[in-house]
Amino acid sequence: MSRSNMARPIMAPWPLVMLAAPLLPFAAQDGTALFLPQLPIALVLFALTVAAILARRLPGSALGEALLLLAGVAAAYAAPLVLLRQGHALSQAGGLWLYVAGATLLLWRVLALLAGVNGPVRLAGPALFGLALVMLWEILTRGFQVPTILLPPPSLVLTAFAANAADLWDDFRQTVLISVLRGYLIGCGAGFLMAILADRVPFLARGLLPLGNLASAVPVVGIAPIMVMWFGFDWQSKAAVIVVMTFFPMLINTLAGLQSAERIQLDLMRSYGAGYWRTLAMLRLPCALPFLFNGLKINSTLALIGAIVAEFFGTPVVGMGFRISTQVARMNLDVVWATIAVAALTGSLLYGALALAERHVTAWHPSFRKR
Amino acid sequence: MPAAQPAPLTLVPPAADAAPRTIVDVRNLTLTYQTADHPVYALSDVSLSISKGDFISLIGPSGCGKTTLMRVVADLEQPTSGEVTVNGMTPEQARLKRAYGYVFQAPALYPWRTVERNVMLPLEIMGLPRAERQQRAREQLDLVGLSGFERKFPWQLSGGMQQRVSIARALAFNPDLLLMDEPFGALDEITRDHLNLQLTRLWLGTRKTCIFVTHSIAEAVFLSTRIVVMSPRPGRILDVIDCDRDLPRERTLDIRESPEFQRIAHRVREGLMEGHSYDD
Repeated sequence: MSRSNMARPIMAPWPLVMLAAPLLPFAAQDGTALFLPQLPIALVLFALTVAAILARRLPGSALGEALLLLAGVAAAYAAPLVLLRQGHALSQAGGLWLYVAGATLLLWRVLALLAGVNGPVRLAGPALFGLALVMLWEILTRGFQVPTILLPPPSLVLTAFAANAADLWDDFRQTVLISVLRGYLIGCGAGFLMAILADRVPFLARGLLPLGNLASAVPVVGIAPIMVMWFGFDWQSKAAVIVVMTFFPMLINTLAGLQSAERIQLDLMRSYGAGYWRTLAMLRLPCALPFLFNGLKINSTLALIGAIVAEFFGTPVVGMGFRISTQVARMNLDVVWATIAVAALTGSLLYGALALAERHVTAWHPSFRKR
Repeated sequence: MPAAQPAPLTLVPPAADAAPRTIVDVRNLTLTYQTADHPVYALSDVSLSISKGDFISLIGPSGCGKTTLMRVVADLEQPTSGEVTVNGMTPEQARLKRAYGYVFQAPALYPWRTVERNVMLPLEIMGLPRAERQQRAREQLDLVGLSGFERKFPWQLSGGMQQRVSIARALAFNPDLLLMDEPFGALDEITRDHLNLQLTRLWLGTRKTCIFVTHSIAEAVFLSTRIVVMSPRPGRILDVIDCDRDLPRERTLDIRESPEFQRIAHRVREGLMEGHSYDD
């Protein structure tokens, strides 16, 4: 027990700025400033946080201390929400914000402690970090009464999400499950096959690579309306935009991957009398896998952006891009934010799934291998 | 000599028959690279004949063409002029018939395959059934002392073990001819001694014809029946030294202390010095 206590570094003094908080107003009611003793709930929460800081050495492990301090942070983040519910104004409440700021600095220590803990608890660190950001967003936008047109609090976004769940699902299905998936598969597949062909026919590679540079510089907003004119309002035009965006990254990555087999490995295949296709399947494609995944990951985000932008230029009355453009026009920014959240979440999940697959398939690669 | 011989560890005296069968025949081989400013004479008028069961070492300083010579035999390099036959075939025919196993300077193992599947690679290409592939791989790994490492990945093994895997891989499809290009060059001396000993036993046990490229005089003398000393600019053969007359075929590391060994090593060194110019 004493050993783990020894291993924990001393807490930096910064969270203690909150001790100055009782000197400043914690809330305002009808223009009069209220101080901590006049707000029993805030007083209890504040005492809880201070007690957590004072008692931090009592738990035997770093995890114990992290949990204790986390309770203190949670109390501080709860305070403004409780006061807002009671109808207090917080924009002049210097003491309260000092308290919240001190708690945020305390969270720093919690995260540092969790980073040192072994096991699955480590994963709680990033999750807590994200949660804290959302909480601060909520507290600050509501506490300072930021107009919801500029930035709605997450709770409002969540409400909009629940209220428009059916629409958002339809948008998701139209944009992601139909346009993105098809465009992505066609674009990546075509890029991959063209790379194999270009590898076999050298002049193709020489001709295509400069074209690839050109295509990567083409603005989506430029080609999207053209594709809508060519292929109509439905998913075909979105898929076409995605194909244009994803084809060359996949082509270039695959080509680079196919070149990555070492001379000595190629000589080995040659010494076995292995032909082109066998060498491709048994040596060059496995060598290219890390590059292929690189292309697939880059394209997963490109495809989503391409589809959403393309939907601005014409779509059946459904789709994430359509939703954003129409709801912005109606000043329903909470729905826009909900759509953005869906898009961001989808992009992250796609990317994460690909990264996970990569880790599994190329576990042999130096960047992943474990002894 | 009966054809079906079960490869025992008995000593067969050299040239027991009147004329041992020639496996590799190199005649007047020349290979010139055209570089930007001047041509490079990698090999110049090289002739060499290698009999069945020989262990030939090619030794010489960098740039003497010893690796190039072996790569020409393996059809990994095309000669400018001259003639090469392997088992009476052109190098290309021999390569397509998988007449030889090639061990490279680096192990060249595929990191996404386990040790066992690396050894099975040539067998897969030859289209052997799965059970036989596995059985042969196990046998070869056993032969190089790597039983129990079948399921490991190459990067989990030490450099010496990796090179042994690559030797097992070259032996897996039972080629008549084993070509080895400085296989132990990157290893430390102790590991190298150990592998030399294993290699000489392996060679005695399998009676394969071996061509071995090396920088090390001791290694060359210890392993070889004949040593070919080469010299650079242009790459050519200076001396061919017969070790079989003075050294027994079955050798232990102690033999390196014997006067015969020292005498041969001395002759190799003299040959190397003769061909070596320190001006450039």
